[in-house]
Amino acid sequence: MFKRKHLLGIEGLTRDEIDHILDTAQSMVEVSKRSVKKVPALRGKTVVNLFFEPSTRTRISFELAAKRLSADLINFSGSSSSLVKGESFRDTVLNLEAMHPDIFVVRHSQSGSPYYLTTFSKSSVVNAGDGAHEHPTQALLDALTIRQHKGGLDNLKITIVGDILHSRVARSNIFLFSQYNTKVVLAGPPPLVPPEFKNLGVEIEYDLDKAVEGADVVVMLRIQRERQTGSYFPSLREYRKYFQLTTERLKRADKDAIIMHPGPINRGIELMKDIADSDRSVILNQVSNGIAVRMAVLYLISGGSNELNN
Amino acid sequence: MNLIIKNGRVVDPSQNIDEKLDIIVENGKISKIGKKLKADGYKEIEAKGLIVFPGFIDMHTHLREPGYEYKEDIKSGSEAAAAGGITSVACMANTDPINDNEGVTSYIIEKAKDVTKVNVFPIGAVSKGMKGEELVEMGYIAEAGAVGFSDDGYPVRSSLVLRRALEYQKIVNKIIIEHAEDLELSENGVANESPLTYKLGLKGIPSASETVIIARDIEILRQVGGKIHFAHVSSVWSVELIENAKRNGLNVTAEVTPHHLLLNESYVETFSPLYKMKPPLRSEEDRVALVEGLKKGVIDVIATDHAPHTEDEKELEFGFAPFGVVGLETVVGLIFDRIVMSGIISMQRFAEVMSKNPAKILGLNNKGSLEVGKDADITIIDPEKKVVIDPNKFKSKAKNTPFIGWEVKGWPVYTIVGGEIVMGIDK
Amino acid sequence: MKVKAKVMDQRKISSTLKRLAMEVIERNRDLNNTAIVGIRTRGVIIGERILKLIEKLEGVKLNFGILDITLYRDDLSTIGPNPVVKGTEIDFDVTGKDIILVDDVLFSGRTVRAALDSIIDFGRPNTIQLLVLIDRGHRELPIHADYVGKTLPTSKREIVEVRLKEIDGSDEVLIVEEEGF
Repeated sequence: MFKRKHLLGIEGLTRDEIDHILDTAQSMVEVSKRSVKKVPALRGKTVVNLFFEPSTRTRISFELAAKRLSADLINFSGSSSSLVKGESFRDTVLNLEAMHPDIFVVRHSQSGSPYYLTTFSKSSVVNAGDGAHEHPTQALLDALTIRQHKGGLDNLKITIVGDILHSRVARSNIFLFSQYNTKVVLAGPPPLVPPEFKNLGVEIEYDLDKAVEGADVVVMLRIQRERQTGSYFPSLREYRKYFQLTTERLKRADKDAIIMHPGPINRGIELMKDIADSDRSVILNQVSNGIAVRMAVLYLISGGSNELNN
Repeated sequence: MNLIIKNGRVVDPSQNIDEKLDIIVENGKISKIGKKLKADGYKEIEAKGLIVFPGFIDMHTHLREPGYEYKEDIKSGSEAAAAGGITSVACMANTDPINDNEGVTSYIIEKAKDVTKVNVFPIGAVSKGMKGEELVEMGYIAEAGAVGFSDDGYPVRSSLVLRRALEYQKIVNKIIIEHAEDLELSENGVANESPLTYKLGLKGIPSASETVIIARDIEILRQVGGKIHFAHVSSVWSVELIENAKRNGLNVTAEVTPHHLLLNESYVETFSPLYKMKPPLRSEEDRVALVEGLKKGVIDVIATDHAPHTEDEKELEFGFAPFGVVGLETVVGLIFDRIVMSGIISMQRFAEVMSKNPAKILGLNNKGSLEVGKDADITIIDPEKKVVIDPNKFKSKAKNTPFIGWEVKGWPVYTIVGGEIVMGIDK
Repeated sequence: MKVKAKVMDQRKISSTLKRLAMEVIERNRDLNNTAIVGIRTRGVIIGERILKLIEKLEGVKLNFGILDITLYRDDLSTIGPNPVVKGTEIDFDVTGKDIILVDDVLFSGRTVRAALDSIIDFGRPNTIQLLVLIDRGHRELPIHADYVGKTLPTSKREIVEVRLKEIDGSDEVLIVEEEGF
């Protein structure tokens, strides 16, 4: 049972806790399908979207999740500011906290920031992405999507492709699947897939053809064009040659394999239209599941904090 | 001041002494050392149960003056040194303005004379503005009182400039101290590059960024001769390189910080900036190699790299906080308790790395020893005194210590500089 | 927990449900426009039985829905960790229909209030009627049942336990008291 006050990451969660969140999320799916998309569960609670890194999709997803639970939500967008540029992170949070929010949803460019927040704030904290560290709700919605299509999370082969080094999505997914009997394979250009990741219990395969062989799920990560200047790979052209998921390559995967992507997609780079819009792609499911998962997390977190207050 | 220190256990590696002796100090010098001495009218220090060392020297500190006095200044830094049992400090040149000329060097020396009795020795930059392009006027700066040269904060960026500095060292015989960091390899890194930091999503500073510069410097040294000292060594591979260089007869020395001897990267999982410094805390394997290196003589000196920052600066997200921790007030107790009393190094070796060796490297011929005629710089430790490290009690303006709350047994109780008691339990 | 009394056995439950089913048929002229919505968990089981009885008697299979009122409770902020949500499944349009809401025990009325709020979020029913197996009194809200299996006077300290074959192994209704009272 998930009873924590914060959701800072997947690392440390037990299989039981993850299952509980996913079960709760599954029951939230229905709320978004009715004509009155609202339940009063979090009525009177205040949720603050504390986004220090620009993000439209995750922010909107959390916003809808909070509102569908009848919570009040405010959006705060700050540039990741250091002492020199303006108000410090700490001051920003303490100022907002003086307005008595219940939950902070935090996205920040620096790893460890949500954890840091818990050291001086009394509110509950949900990590919406901290640097390259974790993005727990993304991993949870990925897991929910996989569960819906595959019946469960055990005995699967999951291949994650792309810029693993800078990906908090990859890390959270790796932590999540380590709790299940599932094989995770990472693929991508070597400078972006350091061998040290093997320490987390995953396999590394630089040949994409081999990496997707027999895969039940293929997760394509977004490659940022800016990484090209860091000499992580020589050109997008070469990236496409070796790491684009083509229909040909996909034939090596399991015949019922599903394709996932955390978004936004670079069409023509990670994926071509033939795959992105095919019926093997569950990318839009991921988006709807995102709201259900975030509703579940907000719901469970607000209950957990009551237990601690008592 | 004239002093007599009675009944202490005197440890002095320069004379190979470790026994109960009395010491008499006259006119700021050691005038007599022997058994059952008498000196009427002199201030008496009862040192029964205490251990008496040649004054400790911290050859790597940042006193932040001129320019960053809000973090620390010469006065508060020296008070911290005195509180920590340190009789001499060498302060680095990354001030504002940078100490790349005799004006700033003289300023530091004059200011120190005004505000403290602790010895303050400036280290000048190697290159103008620390840009690594042009050599500073090493002669003038040395004459003004600098005891060495370093671009610390940065490496000597140009191999050619380092070569020139080593050649020039033939007429300005002062040590060149290298902060070994290849800025391209360490770019934007905040912690040791390792499976841990990959997991935490922190940008890593690879050990290679240190060893690449150490290897470069050693090869240049081999080519043109001279002497070089490597600051804050942090990696097992660095220890290996330095060991080989010494074996090949090259004049290479090295220092290590207390935090690199006692901590490893696992502390970074807390994301607390109290564990953020350059070079970063590395793996347990690295830490053990540093301790071994200190023991075996590959590493010659313990120096703190005392780097004061304000609380506001350290209370930031890990990625944004500045690098560095303080050390002047805790090094002696920590090393005495965790490295000496735990049996890793002997009392003699302790005195060597804290006093004799830094004095030699910096060319301070009248220090680092309790021989008759040497400066009466003396550090006295009470091996039974228990302290819980509390930054709120620090004399330094800064509180950024990673050792907050550590319990230590063994603490300095007297700091004597030139015969003056600058810190003492009965002062 | 101590069993104080057994107030209904399998035979009694069976005959009571039959009677309730006939009452529903009697009062709802257009069964094609009627739906049964059971409140989790035991309300669902009773609702399914009523559904089958009506089908047997009239040959009409009513629409059937499952309601989880967890997200509509009024006590979420005062109890401990938020209770487990199992999910609502109503796959027909409630607007214009006569909804028979089914629960096992009617007590304070708060569960039914939450259920009313929830159903209304799905649409605008023609009527909502309440069917319960046991009405044990002690209402805290002005809620009343249209179809009552048995009225049971109880003290607030007592607990009424409805056990159903499908999940508890046997059909019975018990009055139970906590040890130590």
